[in-house]
Amino acid sequence: MSTAYQQRFESLLDSLNAAVQPGEQFTLGYSAEHSQFVRFNHAKVRQAGLVSQASVQLRLVREGRQAEQQITLGDDAELDRQRLHDALAQLRQTLPLLAVDPYLNLDYSAWHSHSLLEQPLPELDEVLALVEREAGDLDLVGIYAAGPICRGFASSFGAFGWHQANSFNFDWSLFHANGQAVKANYAGQAWSGETFAARLRQAREQLAHLGRPAVTLKPGSYRAYLAPAAMDEIAGMLCWGGFSAQALATGNSPLQRLYNGDAQLSPLVSFREQVSGSLSPAFSDEGSPRRDLLLIGEGRALERLVSARSAVEFGQQANGADSYESPCALSLAPGNLPCEQILERLGTGLYISNLWYLNYSDLPAARMTGLTRFATFWVENGQIQGPVSTMRFDDSLYNLLGNQLEDLSQEREMILSTSTYGQRSTGSSHLPGALVKGLTLTL
Amino acid sequence: MFDSSTLLRQRFAALRSTAELFSLRHVKQSHQSLSVRRNVAEPPFFSQDEGAMLTVRVNGVEAYAATADLSQAGLQRALEQAEALARRIKASSLLDLSGQAAPSGRHDHVSPNFEQSLPKLADCLDLLAAESASVPRDERFVDWQASLGFSVVEQTYLNSAGAELRHAQRFIYPGLGVTASDGQDSQSRSLGRENFGQQGGFEVVERCGLVGAARRVADEALQLLLAPNTPAGQRDLLLMPDQMMLQIHESIGHPLELDRILGDERNYAGTSFVKASDFGHLQYGSKLLNVTFDPTIHEELASYSFDDDGTPASKQFLIRDGLLVRPLGGALSQLRSGLDGVANSRACGWNRAPIDRMANLNIEPGEQTLAQLIAGIEHGILMRTNRSWSIDDARNKFQFGCEWGQLIENGELKGVVKNPNYRGISADFWRNLSAVGDRSTFQVLGTPNCGKGEPNQVVRVGHASPACVFRQIDVFGGDA
Ligand SMILES: [Zn+2]
Repeated sequence: MSTAYQQRFESLLDSLNAAVQPGEQFTLGYSAEHSQFVRFNHAKVRQAGLVSQASVQLRLVREGRQAEQQITLGDDAELDRQRLHDALAQLRQTLPLLAVDPYLNLDYSAWHSHSLLEQPLPELDEVLALVEREAGDLDLVGIYAAGPICRGFASSFGAFGWHQANSFNFDWSLFHANGQAVKANYAGQAWSGETFAARLRQAREQLAHLGRPAVTLKPGSYRAYLAPAAMDEIAGMLCWGGFSAQALATGNSPLQRLYNGDAQLSPLVSFREQVSGSLSPAFSDEGSPRRDLLLIGEGRALERLVSARSAVEFGQQANGADSYESPCALSLAPGNLPCEQILERLGTGLYISNLWYLNYSDLPAARMTGLTRFATFWVENGQIQGPVSTMRFDDSLYNLLGNQLEDLSQEREMILSTSTYGQRSTGSSHLPGALVKGLTLTL
Repeated sequence: MFDSSTLLRQRFAALRSTAELFSLRHVKQSHQSLSVRRNVAEPPFFSQDEGAMLTVRVNGVEAYAATADLSQAGLQRALEQAEALARRIKASSLLDLSGQAAPSGRHDHVSPNFEQSLPKLADCLDLLAAESASVPRDERFVDWQASLGFSVVEQTYLNSAGAELRHAQRFIYPGLGVTASDGQDSQSRSLGRENFGQQGGFEVVERCGLVGAARRVADEALQLLLAPNTPAGQRDLLLMPDQMMLQIHESIGHPLELDRILGDERNYAGTSFVKASDFGHLQYGSKLLNVTFDPTIHEELASYSFDDDGTPASKQFLIRDGLLVRPLGGALSQLRSGLDGVANSRACGWNRAPIDRMANLNIEPGEQTLAQLIAGIEHGILMRTNRSWSIDDARNKFQFGCEWGQLIENGELKGVVKNPNYRGISADFWRNLSAVGDRSTFQVLGTPNCGKGEPNQVVRVGHASPACVFRQIDVFGGDA
């Protein structure tokens, strides 16, 4: 099984190399996974299934023109070759209809990259037994997703990249009878039944705090600690065009004032795209080796994410970004706040474990709104008083990570994306928590 | 159309299983995206996707396996994998579906003008280039884009009880957007895009009004850049259909999904402020509020005859004269809850299993023209075209933002304002519905981008609505 995906990709590549005509150039991306998905509700299996999928994305280039086609692959090598050749034929017919693309920018280097991680995944029976043993009496809801993920890339210039890893992601919540809930996650490439059981137990302990009467707050400004999972929602908003060269050049980035030099964040804030050591492939979707980049250094804008296309359009250097110019492994430098002092340093205010459904209320001002979700507590003099009913915030990043930022935590969490839109994500973020002097609640 | 049917029927008939029920849902889709951005055509993108989901029921427990290997052996293997999984989870299963009836209908559903051919690729690109080129030269226009998306989906559902349900649908997504910036602030105006899509042929592009619109859209972006911020305070709020669709979607559609009410989505999409016991009792909105699940408006994005579990679809009132009467729940959720529902069990493709989704969720028109709606407002604001959406996990506390705002004073439309935002609570908001526009204000809209489910799925939803007025809503602008 282990090398079967790569062999299939290489065999398609061979047939494509044999089929291209003089003057034609191509890139070929590959994506595959074999996934086990098990949904839980009330600690029982609500829906379970297996999904086996693979696709290639062929870009054909000739005389400065380009077009792309993605096709789903089956299991029959001959049929898949035929599909690829059909795609090639359709692209060949399309190119003469197009104008020369002034932003075409190919990476001619013959780079090689190979990564294969095949740590064993647990048997489903073991996962189900652990859920039953540790949480069978609780209201657990969530999803277990596991299996191999592959990404490949090759070009007519001899570039070749392969990334394959077994991974799992168990994302769940425990609900108290009063409707309050705590969220937890266990994800990675090396499964340990003991670690999973420990995470389940830890979530069970946190559930106990939620039994106290809920506190209802009025709108206003509050001191707050945003745990790493809450910071991940804010970071996710910045990934939405924040660092993108195209968005920055076309008035569509929430960080345009930062990158213009008209605004800055706290000197505590340094964001990196930290691909090395992450679970993401070492090459981008458009087939360039990714690079680690310092995006924001001590509150000031530095590098941006530049795709090959943006490089030509906006006169910049491409730097291994994906075509959509969003970070895949965003990292925020740690601060000085020790974990055991968080409640004491917060004093009186909100301890926010998770945020939910963020969006911009004024994008150029980086002003965003969203809601508290899962274990959010009211704290007085360093003591947890009780869970807080859902509240909405509406505040600018230039406040939260600017003049209102008091400190970031010393310890960071590696958060592996739970996204499964279309396919299982390999994205991640590495973030500390943030202590802020004032967070504006509006509803 | 339905080229694969004969082969699929043969292969399905040859499948061997000891399961009490099994089904095959085959989905074949192709997509084409064309776009011209800042007068340069982006590389065209095409996709072809085909695969099947095999679902089995063994001793009342269901499981699935999805594969793109459509050979006899590949389908048989997937069927056996699903069967083995169903046996494996038996002891842990939440549901016993032994009592659920299996569909056995036979029907074909085809989009309007499905077989009408679309203009050639070069002609489409010319059309987009012409729109792009008609954005005036002004250095404040920093970004503009005209786009066309075409999707064709053919689906066949077969089961061991004899059902054969086929869909052949084509979806058209025209779009136009212009961003104006002065270096500090940016304002965008759009047409179509995430707020519009319909089933049909090229007439959809004409109906959307894309051709010849770029100059006006650009002018509106510039007007917004020069406009004052939306003043904060309570105002009567006139929402046009391209914001009503989002308001319906987030604060009626999602909270009425029965799987959310049953708790399935509590770890991801969320729960609902609506309880199972509220149906038939809760006054959701004012007497003017009539909400329907309506799969019968042919061009609307999610019109179909049967859902992806094989339940026949028909128009149903979910809210009648403000009273909540029926949830958005498919056959499985109906069995679990004992409530009546609708045919809304839907999957985004062959690799995801059906769950309760919105489909076409509409507000029925009322009796006032747009002029009458405006004339009835003393101190208010008109808002058009959604650009920002946020709502809590119980679908109650919301904040939405639009591209375009225009103040209303003493029954007259006044100046344009930028960054129009408003917030409220679903449970109260619809009770403030004070006027509903007539059929002349009614538009059939929809979006391809509704996300939900674990594993995640994005599906097409349709929303048709008249313009509506809400009394005394909290309205506010941006930072500057
Ligand atoms: Zn949605």
